[in-house]
Amino acid sequence: MRVADTAFLLAAVLVMSLTFYALLGGADYGGGLWDLLARGPTADRQRATIARAIGPVWEANHVWLIIAVVVLFSGFPRAFSAISTFLHVPLVLVLLGIVLRGSAFVFRAYGSEEPRQERFWGRVFAIASTTTPLFLGVVVGAITDGRLPSSTDARFIDVFVRPWLTMFSISVGAFALVLFGYLAAVYLTLEARDSETRTAFRQRALISGGVVGILAGIVLLVSGPTLREELLASPWAIPLHVAAGASAITALAALWWKNYRVARLAAASQVTLILWGWALAQYPYAVRPHLTLAAAAAPEPVRVLLLQVLAVGAVVLLPSLLFLFGLFGPRGR
Amino acid sequence: MDLLYARWQMGLSLGFHIVFAVIGMAMPLMMVVAEVAWLRTGRSEYRELVKRWSTGTAILFAVGAVSGTVLSFELGLLWPTFMEFAGPIIGMPFSLEGFAFFLEAIFLGLYLYGWQRLGAWAHVFAGVMVALGGALSGIFVVTANSWMNTPAGFRMVNGEPVDVDPIAAMLNPAAGAQVVHMMLAAYAAVGVAVAGIHARLLLRDSRDPFHRRAFAIALLVGLPSAVLQPLSGDWAARVVARTQPAKLAALEGQFVTETHAPVRLGGVPDPDSRETRYALEIPGGLSFLAYGDPSARVVGLNDIPRDLWPPVTAVHLAFQIMVAIGVWLAALAGWATILWWRGRLFTSRAFLRAMVVSTTLGFVAIEAGWIVTELGRQPWIIQGVLKTADAVTPMPGLVFPFALFTVVYIGLAVVVVAMIRRTILDTAPPADARG
Repeated sequence: MRVADTAFLLAAVLVMSLTFYALLGGADYGGGLWDLLARGPTADRQRATIARAIGPVWEANHVWLIIAVVVLFSGFPRAFSAISTFLHVPLVLVLLGIVLRGSAFVFRAYGSEEPRQERFWGRVFAIASTTTPLFLGVVVGAITDGRLPSSTDARFIDVFVRPWLTMFSISVGAFALVLFGYLAAVYLTLEARDSETRTAFRQRALISGGVVGILAGIVLLVSGPTLREELLASPWAIPLHVAAGASAITALAALWWKNYRVARLAAASQVTLILWGWALAQYPYAVRPHLTLAAAAAPEPVRVLLLQVLAVGAVVLLPSLLFLFGLFGPRGR
Repeated sequence: MDLLYARWQMGLSLGFHIVFAVIGMAMPLMMVVAEVAWLRTGRSEYRELVKRWSTGTAILFAVGAVSGTVLSFELGLLWPTFMEFAGPIIGMPFSLEGFAFFLEAIFLGLYLYGWQRLGAWAHVFAGVMVALGGALSGIFVVTANSWMNTPAGFRMVNGEPVDVDPIAAMLNPAAGAQVVHMMLAAYAAVGVAVAGIHARLLLRDSRDPFHRRAFAIALLVGLPSAVLQPLSGDWAARVVARTQPAKLAALEGQFVTETHAPVRLGGVPDPDSRETRYALEIPGGLSFLAYGDPSARVVGLNDIPRDLWPPVTAVHLAFQIMVAIGVWLAALAGWATILWWRGRLFTSRAFLRAMVVSTTLGFVAIEAGWIVTELGRQPWIIQGVLKTADAVTPMPGLVFPFALFTVVYIGLAVVVVAMIRRTILDTAPPADARG
C-alpha cells in the first residue's frame, strides 16, 4: 500500500469508530438528555424505557470512543498530542461527564433501593449525559475551526481557552447535543412498551429533529469562510447535503406517519452523513489549520500493522456485537 | 510545580483505576466458578452467590471502565510529548487492549442482562468471555507499561525513533515478568479480599453454608496465585537487575557497589548520608537473588549520577511493604492448605481472623508495587530515552484538574464502598436489579 493510502485508510477507520460512537454512544447520551427533560404523565415510564434500552449496551457503546482514541494516538500521534494539549480544558470536562454519567447510571441501577438516592443518581446521570456531548462537540468544533495555535508561547487564555471558546465550537456543541437527543428519541419510539410513552418520544423526536435543522443552519452561519467554502463548494458537498437532507426529511415524515423502523434507519443515515460530511470537509487536515493527516501520521509500517490488527479485531468483535444487539435490541424483546 | 501535579494526577488515576481493573479481572472468574458449581449441584447458595457477585461486578466494572477512559485521555492531557513519541511504538498493545475491553463490555452486558434470554451454559460462556476479556486487557496494558521500563522496538536517530517495530516493542524484555506478576497479583488480591469479607461473617456463624461456599471459592482463586507470586516477584526482580540498575539499587537501598551485596529486610535509606539504616541484612542475599551468585557485583546508587536517582526512600519502603505482604499471603495459603487437610478450614477462628485482617492487604501490595515500578523508573518516563520532566504538558495550572479528579475519585470511592457493603454483606438477599 502507498503511504497516502494507509494514512487515509486509518483516518477512515477513525471516522467509522466515531460514526459508531455517535450512532450508539451518542444515542445513550441522548437518552440521558430525555431523562433530564422527562415531563408529563409518562415521565416515569420514559425514564424506565431509557434505562432499559441503555442498560445492557452502554458500556460496549462507550468502547467505540476508546477505539477512536487509540487509533488516533497510534496512527496520528501528533494530532493526539496537539488536541490534548490545546483542548485540555474541554477534554477534562468531557472526562468528568463520562465518569459521572457511567458511575451514576450503575449506582442508580444497582446501588440503591431508597427513592431519594435513586433520584439523586438519576439526576447526576442525566446532567452528565447532557454536558458530555456538549463538550465533545466543542472539541470537534475547535479541531475544525482552525484557531488552534502552533505554539504555546502566548497568554494562557490565548493558547488554552480562546481556540475552543468560540461561537462556532459552542454551536457545534449544541448541535451535537440536540442531534444525539434526536437520535435517542427516534430509537426510543421503538423501545417504548406502551403507546402513550411512544407518543411522547415521537413528539420529542419531531421537535428535536426540527431543532437539529435550525442548529445546522446556525453552525454554517457562524463558521469561518474557509470552512464554509469547504462545506458548500467542494465537489462532494452537494450530493452529500442532498443525501443528508433527504434522510432528514424521510426520518421526519416516517415519524409523522409513525413508521418508526424507517424513521430509525433514516435518522441513523442522517447522523452518519453529517459526520462524514464533517470528515470530508476536514480532509486533508487532522487538526486545522496546521496539521495534515500526512504530517500527523505514524511511520508507514506502523500504520500497516495497525490496520491489520484492527481488521483481525473487527472479525472477532462484530459477531459478538451483533449478537448483543440482536438479544437486547427492540426486536429481541 | 506543574510537573508535580501532573505526576500526582497520573498516580491518583492509576492508583484508583488499578483497584477496579483487577476486580474486573478476578471477580468474573469467581462468578463463573460459582455459577458452574450452581449448575452442577443445584444448591441455592451458589445461585445467591452468583447474583451478589455479579451485582458487585456490575458496579465495579462500570467505575473501572470510566476511570480507564480517563487514563487513556490523560496520557495525552498530561504527557503529550510522551505520547507523540510512544504512540506509534506502543499503540499495538493499546489497540489490542481496546478489543479485549470491547469483548469484556459486550459479554458483561450479555451476562448481567441475559439471565432469562440465554441458556444456562451460554450464560456461563458469556461469563468466561468477561473473565478472558479482563485478563487480556490487563496483559496488553501491562506490556505497554513494561515497554516504558525496558523500551524496545525502535532506534534513536537525532532524537527521533526510527525503524519502529511495534511487535518487538510489545515483546520487550520486561513484558513477561511484569505481566505474570500483575496477573497473579490481581487474582491473589481479589481472592483474599473476598475471602476476608466472608471470613468476617463466618466468625459470626461458621456453619452458614452461603459464606462457607463463598469463602472456599475466593480462597481457590486467591491462594494459588499467592503461592506463585513470590516466584514471579523473584523473576521480575532479576529482570530489573539486568535492565534497570538504578531501580534495583533504590528498591534495595543499595548505595555501595559491591560483591556479596546483602538483601535488606526493612530499613530506612537516607539519600543524604548514602546509607540504609536499621535494616536486617542477609549477606550475599541480594547478589544471589539478582544474579544467582552470592559473589556477584551489584551496582549501588553511588555509581549512578545523583540526578538519575529515583526517590530512594519511597521506593525502598514501598518495595518492603509489597514483599512483606507477598510473603504473608503465601504463608496464609500454606496455612489454609493445612487446615483444609485437617477439615478445619471454616472453623479455625485464628485463620478466619487472619483472613479478616488481611482483607485489603493484597490491594495495598498492588498499590505499593505500582509505586515501586513507577517511582523506581524516575526521572525517566521511558527508561534511558525520555525524562518525565520533558514529557509533561505545557499547560499551566495543573493543580485544578488534579484537585477536580481528587475530589471526584474520593467521592466515588466512598459511594462504591457503601454500595458494595450493602450488596455483598447484607444478610437479606439483594433486590433483583436485572431487567
